[in-house]
Amino acid sequence: MDQLLAVVVDGVIYSAWLFIAALGLTLIYGVMKIVNVTHGSFYALGAYAGASLTGFWLARGYPAALSYVVLFVAAVLATLVFAPAIERGILRFMYAKDEVVILLITYALFLILEDVIKLIWGVNPYFIAEPYALLGSFEVAGMAYPTYNLLLVALAIVFGGGLAWFLTGTRNGKLLRAVIHDPEVSRAMGVNVGRFYLVTFTFGSLLAALAGSYTAPTVSVVPGLGVEIIVLSFAVVVIGGLGSLPGAALGAVIVGIVRSLSVHYLPQVELFVIYFVMAMVLALRPRGLFSLEEPRKI
Amino acid sequence: MKRTPLALAAILVVVLAAGPWLPQWAMFIVTVAFARGLVALGLMLLLRAGLVSFGQALYFCLGAYAAGALGRFLGVSDIVLEMLAGGAVAALAAFVLGFLLARYRGIFFGLLSLALSMILYGLLVKNEALGSTDGFNILRSTLFGIRPSADWVRYAVMATAAVVAVGAALVVDRYLQTPLGRLAPAIKDNEIRVEYMGASARYAVHVKYVIAAALAGIGGALAATTVGHIDPDMAYWTTSGEFIFIAILGGTSNVIAPFAAALLYGLIHTTAYDLSPNTWQMSLGIALLLLIVFLPQGLFGRFGWR
Repeated sequence: MDQLLAVVVDGVIYSAWLFIAALGLTLIYGVMKIVNVTHGSFYALGAYAGASLTGFWLARGYPAALSYVVLFVAAVLATLVFAPAIERGILRFMYAKDEVVILLITYALFLILEDVIKLIWGVNPYFIAEPYALLGSFEVAGMAYPTYNLLLVALAIVFGGGLAWFLTGTRNGKLLRAVIHDPEVSRAMGVNVGRFYLVTFTFGSLLAALAGSYTAPTVSVVPGLGVEIIVLSFAVVVIGGLGSLPGAALGAVIVGIVRSLSVHYLPQVELFVIYFVMAMVLALRPRGLFSLEEPRKI
Repeated sequence: MKRTPLALAAILVVVLAAGPWLPQWAMFIVTVAFARGLVALGLMLLLRAGLVSFGQALYFCLGAYAAGALGRFLGVSDIVLEMLAGGAVAALAAFVLGFLLARYRGIFFGLLSLALSMILYGLLVKNEALGSTDGFNILRSTLFGIRPSADWVRYAVMATAAVVAVGAALVVDRYLQTPLGRLAPAIKDNEIRVEYMGASARYAVHVKYVIAAALAGIGGALAATTVGHIDPDMAYWTTSGEFIFIAILGGTSNVIAPFAAALLYGLIHTTAYDLSPNTWQMSLGIALLLLIVFLPQGLFGRFGWR
C-alpha cells in the first residue's frame, strides 16, 4: 500500500514536470503546425540562464527566498533574447513549406543553439542547490520528498489553468482559436496572424525555458540537457494528441504514472515503456487520445 | 548512356587500387562513409516518396547489434556474414513494422519511426546481457575465414565495404527504374492519383521501407565491425538526425550522392571537430538550414544525371 502511494506521489510530481515541459510544444504545434525541435534548446537555455543568474544572485548574498523569482526572470530573459529573433528572422519565411521540412529547419536551429549554449556558458556543469534545499521536505508514508516538487505541481496547475482560461475566456484567446481554425480567413477578417504567431512561438518557448530553469536546481546543468527532453515531450504530446491542451495534460499524467510504476516495480523497462505507449497510441489513434476533429476545409 | 553504373565501377576500382596507399585514418573515414552512405541511400528512397524517417537509427542499431551478437554468442567475426545478418534482421523487423508504418505519412510517419527507434534504445540501455549503456566490443574482423594481419584489417574491411556499397547502389539504381521505383515521386506529389492509376501506394511504401531498413542494417553491421564497438546511442534520435542530414546533403537525384554526402559529412565532422569542438554542430546546423532553403535538391542535385 505504501509503495502504491509512493508510485502516485512520484507519478504526480513527474507528470507535473512533464506537463510544464510539453505544454509549450503542444501550443506551438496547435497554433503554427510546427513540430518544434528547438523546444529542447529553450529548455536548456532556461536551465543555463536560471542556474547562472541564480548562482550570481546567491553569490552576491541577496535573499535566497527571492531566488524563485530570479529563476523566472532568467527564463524570461533567455527566451526574449532568442525566441522572437528565431521566429521573425527565420521561421516566418518557412510557413509555406511542408510540416516535415519545417521540422528539419527547427532541427537545424536546434543544432545551432546547442553550440550557442556552449559558447555562452562553456562546457562545465552548473549547480544551484539552494532553491531546492531551502523549502525542506515533506513526508508521505514514511518517504521524504523535497517540498520544491510541490512548487512544480503548483506551476503546472497555474500554467495549464492559465492557458485554458486565456484560450476560452479572453478576447485574444478567442482570436487565437480563430487563427488555429483557419489562419487565412482570420487574416481576411483583419486579425494580425503574424503577430499571433510571434507571440505564440515566444510564449511556447518561454514555457520550455521555465521548465528548464525550474528544473535547474534539481539537476546539474550540463551540455546536452535539451536532447533528452525533446523526445520525452514529443512522447507526451503525441500520446495526448498534437496541439491539444487537455491532451498534453493527459499525456503527461499517463507517462508520469507509467514511468513511476515501472521505476517502482520493473526498473528494467523504465525508458522502453514510455516510448512503447507512444508507439501504441500512434498505432491505434494516430492523432492522439484527445485528438480534435480536423475541421474540414474546402 | 548509363553513366551511373560506369561511375560506380570507376569508384570501386579507385577505392580498391588506392586503398593500400591510404593512411589508416583515411581508410577509417572512407569505410565509415560507406556505412553511413548505405543508410542515407535507404533514406533517399523514402525521401523520394516524401517520407522522412526520424528513426532510421533503429535499423542501423539493429544491424550493428545483430553483427555484434554473432561475435559475442557464436564467435563469428566474418565481415560478410555480419553484414548479411545485420541486413536480414533489419529487413525482417521492417517487414513486420512496415504493415503499420506504410499507412502513415508526413509528420506521423516521422514521429512513429522516432518512437520505434526510442523503444529499441530503451530496451538496450537496460539490457545487462548486451552491456547496457556501455555496449560491447566487436571481434576483430575476418574475411572468408582469413584473419588479415593488423596492417591489413582496415583495408580488408574497406574493400568489402566498397564492394557491398557499390553493389547496393547498383541494385537501388536498377530499382529506381522499375515501375515500383518510379512510383515514389508520384506518391510524394499526389497519392490519390497513384491509387486511381491502379497502383498501391501503401505497398510501394512498404517495399521502400524494407529496402531502406536492409541497407541501414548492412550499414550498421559495417559500422560496428569498423569502429569495433557498439552501444545503444546508435539507436538514439540524434543518430537518426545525422542520417537525415546526410541524406538531405546528398539529395535524391542520384544513388552516388548519399555516399558522396556521407564522405563529406565525415570529413567535416573530423576537421571541424578538431578545429573547434564547440562549434561544429553549429556549422552543421547552418549548413542544413542553407541546404533546405537554397538547395532543396541537395548538393548534387545540379548534376542532371540519374
